[in-house]
Amino acid sequence: MPKTRIELPETIEHLSILNERGELDQALEPAIPDALLLKLHRTMLLARRFDERLLSLQRQGRIGTFPPISGQEAAHLGAAAVLRPSDWMVPAFREMAADIWRGRSLESIIIYNNGFNEGGRVPAERNDLPISVPVGSQILHAVGIAWGMKYRGKDDVALVFFGDGATSQGDFHEGLNFAGVFQVPAVFVCQNNQWAISIPRSKQTRSKTLAQKAIAYGIPGIQVDGNDILAVYAAAGEAVERARAGGGATLVECVTYRMAVHTTADDPKRYRTDAEVEEWRRKDPITRFQGYLMAKGLLSEDAVKAEEEAISAEIQAAVDRAEEEMKGLGDPLLMFEHAFAEMPADLKEQRADFIRFMAEAQKEEKHA
Amino acid sequence: MPKMTMVQALNLALRQEMEKDDSVIVLGEDVGVDGGVFRVTDGLIEAFGERRVVDTPLAESAIAGMSIGMAVYGLKPVCEMQFDGFSYYTMHQIEAHASRLRWRSQGRYHVPMVLRAPYGGGVRALEHHSESREVFWAHIPGLKMVIPSGPRNARALLASAIRDPDPVIFYEPKAVYRAFREEVPEEEETLPIGRSQRVREGRDLTLIAYGAMMRPTLEAAEELKRKHGVEADVIDLLTISPLDDSLLVESARKTGRVAVVHEAPRSFGPGAEVVARLVEKAFFHLEAPVARVTGYDVIIPLFNREKYYLPGVPRIIDAARKLLAA
Repeated sequence: MPKTRIELPETIEHLSILNERGELDQALEPAIPDALLLKLHRTMLLARRFDERLLSLQRQGRIGTFPPISGQEAAHLGAAAVLRPSDWMVPAFREMAADIWRGRSLESIIIYNNGFNEGGRVPAERNDLPISVPVGSQILHAVGIAWGMKYRGKDDVALVFFGDGATSQGDFHEGLNFAGVFQVPAVFVCQNNQWAISIPRSKQTRSKTLAQKAIAYGIPGIQVDGNDILAVYAAAGEAVERARAGGGATLVECVTYRMAVHTTADDPKRYRTDAEVEEWRRKDPITRFQGYLMAKGLLSEDAVKAEEEAISAEIQAAVDRAEEEMKGLGDPLLMFEHAFAEMPADLKEQRADFIRFMAEAQKEEKHA
Repeated sequence: MPKMTMVQALNLALRQEMEKDDSVIVLGEDVGVDGGVFRVTDGLIEAFGERRVVDTPLAESAIAGMSIGMAVYGLKPVCEMQFDGFSYYTMHQIEAHASRLRWRSQGRYHVPMVLRAPYGGGVRALEHHSESREVFWAHIPGLKMVIPSGPRNARALLASAIRDPDPVIFYEPKAVYRAFREEVPEEEETLPIGRSQRVREGRDLTLIAYGAMMRPTLEAAEELKRKHGVEADVIDLLTISPLDDSLLVESARKTGRVAVVHEAPRSFGPGAEVVARLVEKAFFHLEAPVARVTGYDVIIPLFNREKYYLPGVPRIIDAARKLLAA
């Protein structure tokens, strides 16, 4: 009974196409039409500026707590951009640029983050789940959706986002395992932003990469420079094509950085240094992509300036519309809706009692 | 009408719903080749193939989470938990997502899934195989919690649960699985979820129970009549949540004396909700405090002492006689 060795993949690919200085590896440059490149750039910029605006609205008390995305635009937009409308996107909660790309309105983001359920509504034309707060739990839903696609003989895919912290959750491992066993068209996109609130990536796992976790589940895994939208687009594109062709699931680890707070209730100074943040600022995904587009002759300083102005106006218009719309929201009776297809008798009673109470309270207020 | 055990009746419901609707998918641990450890899914893989009867890896949370994704996509997954004691792994998925996706998406999505699990004592099993934790689920808004008590209503309720547009936790009293047979019609039959049933008519006191406790409760009712000349009104809840209190209230107003029977621990158990509804809606008709005949607030003992924990005919009669003497 000799001791033998079992062959396993010993390496994980790491993909980088545009380096930190914006220099291109021409051999790896994906063929993306010019119009699409410009749309990606505009969406990244819009998401960044909107993120900044949301932060200021939050600081002014005009919206509630929210999780900023700054620094991670390429990591999630690059992946969402390879999807077709009939594909499903299963978000975590830090994929705003992808949401906008898929058609979510800026107003709905403001309304949701200001504590109105109406902002969570997904329009019928978008096959996306609403955001999922409990870390990693949504991974399994993508596996189920992908299972359904395979069962129905569709060549669509389900793409799910999660962070580095999620890879410590059981649902991540169970999800990848199920996807491997059932060979479903799922794409797992990990936005490894280095920090799960205050816990650094090095304390989540002893593994050298997160991508290598795919090996244990018999599916391909790849690590990409998540601040390089070309690399994310290329790797996610390959994963999506493999899934469509019946080749099963892939894990894509996007190495990126959360430039801002975890949520607006967080103070990163407690756990990380400014020097580290500054180092990542030099790797900014938008600056880098902008440099590439300028070198390609698709974008000029003037064009960026004009775009910034248009974006600023677009955001202002969205804020105005959202604030106008929110004046009409707040009917408390909405809290009784959408529990079930049909409201059960005991809930109807509770609702009726609430209506009675509100009416009487109003009457008493008038008398007083 | 053929006479069937509850296992056979549940199998019939699954088979017929799968025949009618190719979006119905059965999945879980050992549900395929093995036909389920209690054989509820016996023969389904032969009839419908591996595509629709799916043996999954051993991971309850993933079974539930994948079912949620399937349901959101438009399928009707019926997933099996081998024992209720292992179903708590799914609680996060069920509470955080199955019960909320309709609400979270403001009606865009809904989760028409069924999570089946055998529950309760009485089968001389190992630890974690005998609990009765229905209130865990019943306390979650957006979720339905159903427990049949016999073969015929099990079949009809499971068919309804599969057709229901919202998530249903379906607890099957494993002590009843093969305990007796009942006539079950071959043709389709459903029962409305969220509706209790009067299963015995009486004017002297009300006994409220469900699931495996229906048998001792009905036996107690017969004995009360035989030995004490007392006629008990007996109500089978069938759905724990959302709780239909109309029959309970009507019966309590008639008899003024009520006992509620369940094998779940007493404190914060389903009986507590029943008592609260009666206090709210029938207080001035009550002739005696409502009695609870339940499991105790302890871990259910291993099976040698189980009979002392589980409510049986003598404890129900004891409670009834105290009610009548009050």
